[in-house]
Amino acid sequence: MTAVLPPATTVPTGATVARGRRARLRRRRVVLLVLAVAVVAVAGVALCVGERSYPPSEVLRVLLGEQVPGASFNVGVLRTPRVLTGVLVGIAFGMGGVVFQTMLRNPLASPDIIGVSAGSSAAAVVAITMFGLSGTTLSAVAVVAGLVVAAAIYALSWRSGVQGARLVLIGIAVGAMLDSVIAYALTRAGVYDASEALRWLTGSLNSAFWPGVAPLAGALAVLVPTLLVLARRLPALQLGDDAAAGLGVRPDRSRLALLLVAVAVIAVATAATGPIAFVAFLSGPIAHRLVRGTGPLLVPAALVGALLVLVADLVGQHLLVHRFPVGVVTGVLGAPYLLWLLARTNRSGGSL
Amino acid sequence: MTLTAAPGAPAAPAGVRPAALRRRRTVGLALCALAVLLAVVASLAFGTRVVGWSDVVAGVFAPDTSDIAQAAVRSRVARTVLGLLVGAALGVGGAVLQGLTRNPLADPALLGISSGASLAVVLGIMLLGLSTLSQYVWLAFAGAAISSVLVYAIASLGREGATPLKLALAGAATTAALGSAVSMVLLSRTDVLDTFRFWQVGSLGRASFPEIAQVLPFLVVGTVLALGCARGMDAIALGDDVAVGLGRRVGAVRAVGGAAAVLLCGTAVAAAGPIGFVGLVVPHLARTFTGPSHRWLLPSSAALGAALLLAADVVGRVVARPQEIEVGIVTAVLGAPVFIAIIRRRKVAEL
Repeated sequence: MTAVLPPATTVPTGATVARGRRARLRRRRVVLLVLAVAVVAVAGVALCVGERSYPPSEVLRVLLGEQVPGASFNVGVLRTPRVLTGVLVGIAFGMGGVVFQTMLRNPLASPDIIGVSAGSSAAAVVAITMFGLSGTTLSAVAVVAGLVVAAAIYALSWRSGVQGARLVLIGIAVGAMLDSVIAYALTRAGVYDASEALRWLTGSLNSAFWPGVAPLAGALAVLVPTLLVLARRLPALQLGDDAAAGLGVRPDRSRLALLLVAVAVIAVATAATGPIAFVAFLSGPIAHRLVRGTGPLLVPAALVGALLVLVADLVGQHLLVHRFPVGVVTGVLGAPYLLWLLARTNRSGGSL
Repeated sequence: MTLTAAPGAPAAPAGVRPAALRRRRTVGLALCALAVLLAVVASLAFGTRVVGWSDVVAGVFAPDTSDIAQAAVRSRVARTVLGLLVGAALGVGGAVLQGLTRNPLADPALLGISSGASLAVVLGIMLLGLSTLSQYVWLAFAGAAISSVLVYAIASLGREGATPLKLALAGAATTAALGSAVSMVLLSRTDVLDTFRFWQVGSLGRASFPEIAQVLPFLVVGTVLALGCARGMDAIALGDDVAVGLGRRVGAVRAVGGAAAVLLCGTAVAAAGPIGFVGLVVPHLARTFTGPSHRWLLPSSAALGAALLLAADVVGRVVARPQEIEVGIVTAVLGAPVFIAIIRRRKVAEL
């Protein structure tokens, strides 16, 4: 351990630094590759396994467009859109979450905790229970509400500039208010609607079919690259507002742009599946542990998010006594990790 | 402005002479008492059913059960009493929490105390098949105690101790964690969902005198404990070191005060369900006329809390006739803006 050594007496030479950098880069590449392979593998398993399982060869034939009796419906119509949706929302939640966490310099400041996702959820629950909306209209309402709530949180925390701590606290307050709106809507609903709305609150892939995949993929195809470009400013923002300004990054403008796109990504994903609990919150810290600070976290976090959603959905579908929606599984798995992380960050004061 | 002073900031508000301060406190307390009186009258008189004043008087003192208006008033009596008790408990509990943690944002609902109670109640409904309020009380109480200790322990790890930001985040995170456990239960059991969703919203509508009698001892004990450590909390407001120097046993004050807060908040949650923001807002309002002294702050918070909660309940009954909006929703919708205002008035560095 370097930490126990006395203060370094020798300055590392250029060669040492270069070697270290190469090693870190190699590690990052390996981690990314392993994650990508894992996502593909789990997606493959999710396509094969089910009430009726099919061998990989048949699944492959279905994917290549052949008509296979039975498998074409089960795999092609039911499972493929489910897996695709899972991957897409996983990517969205992972990226959106890590942007929030990095920008606000606090791993707990993920959108599901500071009330950003609550906007979409509250709108959706009210729309389901009071106006009986469904389908595309419902998704549109959820996206718009998510953006509006996030804008409101941002505007309320504006006081000659936005500070991270204030944004977090105000987000929590707005979240608490929206939660009571949700609770109110639930008491006014019939029990069938209530359980439908609750499913929506936890996040579920049960309503993922082909018609929903295209809009989701289209929206993310625009938003994700934008987010990746904007995220280049994150390292400067992480140094604090003054340092960022000194480095030529306008803190307020960059933060607003990043927040806007990140919220849009989260809201689109939330509209598709509901806020899958804790995926946005968990992906960043897990990705950070895996790549160990060797560069931007967006891509690793996106892969971790996709992996989390796919694995949790598999577990919820097949490994438990009941069929649970994916959000319940991630929620229950995520909760202990959340508490542990909370204790750990508080003790060390670390940022991610 | 005393509103912007840290809870229990040292001594009297600057520039106020002791005599003037005493007068202001007395007047303030008298106004609070008046507010309680008005709220009680309003709570008896207004509701989903419109009744005349003669029916209100008759309904309270000599109800003629065959008259539906008088019966309606009669049913509001228990509700009013419960509102008074819960409001006072939340006010005092919030003031104690804020004083002990030296944290302006401490509130039972935001700190995850209510969510602990929720989880305990859900598990009780599911595993033990409980269905009456008197059975929930104990569970809610235990859940509240456990989760409040957990949240505070998590937030106070680390060098700077439990800062407002860390407490709020720990509370929100714990709420999220417990909430997902709750929804796991609810999704697999529709019958539990049907019972729970009504408990989950803080409401005074289920009040009855046997239940009030059941929670009353807890509230009395909690209030006595809280008042007992008022002076100790004044000292803690100056900082732990100073408090020790003044001869206070800081650990003992924290333990007793913490027990009082958990008793008060836990019982309030158990009796009426989770009601947010009352415990947060009331002490801030009370401090504007009492200054930081807890011997004045605690009684004033009790009176203000009772008045505010009853007023919120009346609002909820009147705005959505013929239905009613539960008081927990009214307080959240009205209280969150106050919370935001408090945050905006302070510099983040202080948080």
